[in-house]
Amino acid sequence: MSKPSTRPNSATRRDFLKSSAVAAGAAVATQLSLPSVHAAGSDVIKVGVIGCGGRGSGAAEDVLRSAKGVTIHALGDVFKFRVDGARNHLDRLAKSDKIKELGNTVDVDGRCFVGLDAYKQVIDSGANYIILATTPGFRPTHLEAAVAAGKNIFTEKPVAVDGPGIRKVCAAYEEAQKKGLHIAAGTQRRHQAPYLETIKRIHDGAIGDLVGGQFYWNQNILWEHISELSKHPEHKAEITGDVALQIYNWYNYTWLCGDHIVEQHVHNLDVMNWAFGTHPVSAVGMGFRTRTDPNYGHIYDFFAIDFEMPKGIHTLSMCRQISNCANKIGERLVGTKGMCDVDQYTINGKRVAQREKISPYVQEHTDLIESIRTGKPLNELKNVAESTLTAIMGRMSAYTGKKVTWEQALNSQEDLMPKELTLDMSKPVDPVAIPGKTKFV
Amino acid sequence: MKRLIQFFVFGAMGMLMLARLGSPDLQVGAASRAAPPQPDAPAPNPKSYTETIPGTQVKFDMVAIPGGEFLMGSPPGEANRKDDEGPQHPVQIRPFWMGKYEVTWDEFDLFWRTKPGQKEDKEPDEPKNADAVTRPTPPYADETFKKGREGHPVLGITWHAAMQYCRWLSVKTGKQYRLPTEAEWEYACRAGTKTAYFFGDDPQKLGDYAWFADNADEKTYKVGSKKPNPWGLYDIYGNVSEWCIDRYKKDAYAGFPRDKVTLSPVLLPDLKRYPHVVRGGSWGDEAKDCRSATRFASERDWLRQDPQRPQSIWWMTDGDFVGFRLVRAVAEQDNLKKFRSRITLQSPDE
Repeated sequence: MSKPSTRPNSATRRDFLKSSAVAAGAAVATQLSLPSVHAAGSDVIKVGVIGCGGRGSGAAEDVLRSAKGVTIHALGDVFKFRVDGARNHLDRLAKSDKIKELGNTVDVDGRCFVGLDAYKQVIDSGANYIILATTPGFRPTHLEAAVAAGKNIFTEKPVAVDGPGIRKVCAAYEEAQKKGLHIAAGTQRRHQAPYLETIKRIHDGAIGDLVGGQFYWNQNILWEHISELSKHPEHKAEITGDVALQIYNWYNYTWLCGDHIVEQHVHNLDVMNWAFGTHPVSAVGMGFRTRTDPNYGHIYDFFAIDFEMPKGIHTLSMCRQISNCANKIGERLVGTKGMCDVDQYTINGKRVAQREKISPYVQEHTDLIESIRTGKPLNELKNVAESTLTAIMGRMSAYTGKKVTWEQALNSQEDLMPKELTLDMSKPVDPVAIPGKTKFV
Repeated sequence: MKRLIQFFVFGAMGMLMLARLGSPDLQVGAASRAAPPQPDAPAPNPKSYTETIPGTQVKFDMVAIPGGEFLMGSPPGEANRKDDEGPQHPVQIRPFWMGKYEVTWDEFDLFWRTKPGQKEDKEPDEPKNADAVTRPTPPYADETFKKGREGHPVLGITWHAAMQYCRWLSVKTGKQYRLPTEAEWEYACRAGTKTAYFFGDDPQKLGDYAWFADNADEKTYKVGSKKPNPWGLYDIYGNVSEWCIDRYKKDAYAGFPRDKVTLSPVLLPDLKRYPHVVRGGSWGDEAKDCRSATRFASERDWLRQDPQRPQSIWWMTDGDFVGFRLVRAVAEQDNLKKFRSRITLQSPDE
């Protein structure tokens, strides 16, 4: 009656959770007994959170759950209401049994910062572990500053929205390598046990040589916040101009979000690059938008990209955010000896790994903190920069209608971030890109 | 915090007992009781019916379930029994209707898909029209988990989302739909039987009635594609497991008398997100966890891949094995008349 233990049996998963929590605790205790190598003379991980929206608050919670000896030390965001929201959440979380058991704390009194420069204050606050979770457009600047200050970093994906941003991130990667900094990225599949097992088998030749693949993120339309604004006078009070409004509604503007191919589909493209062990050499893409509501800014609804990998191999990528359509998210690899549905953990139809027992969003912090405490190198910035540029290259091709090469994308002169940005400055919404008319810059 | 946990005990509420049923072949257990409960206003004898969701072509079937008594929980000797399934205690259930099938995406999509909700939506205590009921915000990712949409059971939704669907449907139809109480669920599942499964004690037969770990290949299937239970309910075991209205408490059954019958018990949830009762087992569960008495408790881990805080109150990133089934009381019990989910983004986990 009973089948092999490769099945994601829900009951089994529930049972596993308890034992794995114990095991995780034991592992952490072992780590703590090791000498501190890089935590600036202290075992305590002092976390500075830059970007206090849903993901920043989530990452702060995840790090509090990931290991012992963690304190949330400073918070920063463009908006005060976001900092207040994160602080309320974390203060409440700090009282929970799980966090108390780990001995972790939230101690941000006097270290809550607001405004476009809040990131500098968080970096200078005495924190030794910086979480970067703002909208993606700001990430290159924040990475550059955190690396310059010699901090260990957890950076959310994507890490840029344009070529100049990617170049900044690549420079930060090199500098971080020289300084021996530890950096993990929010491409959490690389910290997810069954993904790791499946990709290991691919690298070990389970389906022979890779000759193709398909990568999908097709889902419903996501969100806009403008129509909600009237319900939130405390939010409205801080929306002082175009830039503030667009940051509030950031998902819908390419200069902040990168478009959804960059913001979300980057996960699947990261799996592609991970499996192939390299990035594409060029892209031919198409896409557009059917949505007309101005609250949804100027981003596209859908993209389809033909990526050319080295050796003339082509892969297909699709991402769509339109409701009432066929949805699909995942990654399929095609090799000379069969196929792998990476997201299903199946190789030629056979499951090769069980679902993880620990949240990959917690695991990525556990791994980063372990690397800091043991001195084992970890720097995922190059990987995530390449995956981000893969998505940007696809977007550039779809926006312009032209074939775009890796070198062109990397060296693109299109800097989407306005100069001398202020929250109240005028910034009309960018026009919708028109394939065949929009120029590659 | 104000405690909302209440037990609805027969002894105190005898006046709510209902008339005996007219179809003796469906009556369960009552004949063995020494002192049958006194009837008050007789409830109409329910008949099965088909509902069409107004303004659409989408239909669903409701099966009449007779009132009666049963012994809730499993006996100590039952194979693979867990402690939370006892002690067994006698329970009286009043007549109701139950969904013939698990609620499908065809139905659930009408609730949210054309116009998803927004994070901070509020709703009145008594919404005048269905649009005033708060509905799911757009999910990140594919809410079907590649398990099929048309004709397949909805899954990966929270208890709150299931409760809100019932509320929306109630306003739409003018009939009070809700989740089953845990007692109603087990009563309807057993359909008068006392064995581990409604077809006996042999798990080898489960494949005739259910999609579960041994035959589901980790998929869901169109509802109603296996044999039903004796009362005509399909997929009561397997396919997806099913939300009940009750808060889960491991030793809940210890609170009931064993020597007298309890009428319509329900452990009303408070404001916390977990744990709620889940029943019936799913595509991912082994036969031992698809018994009539098996109880599951929802937990935070079912959203472990939701990276946002606060986490969604609608979608469960890792709960791709939970859906639900509707019920409708013939005469609603008092403590459920105004009961609704009060879960918000600010609600604590546990």
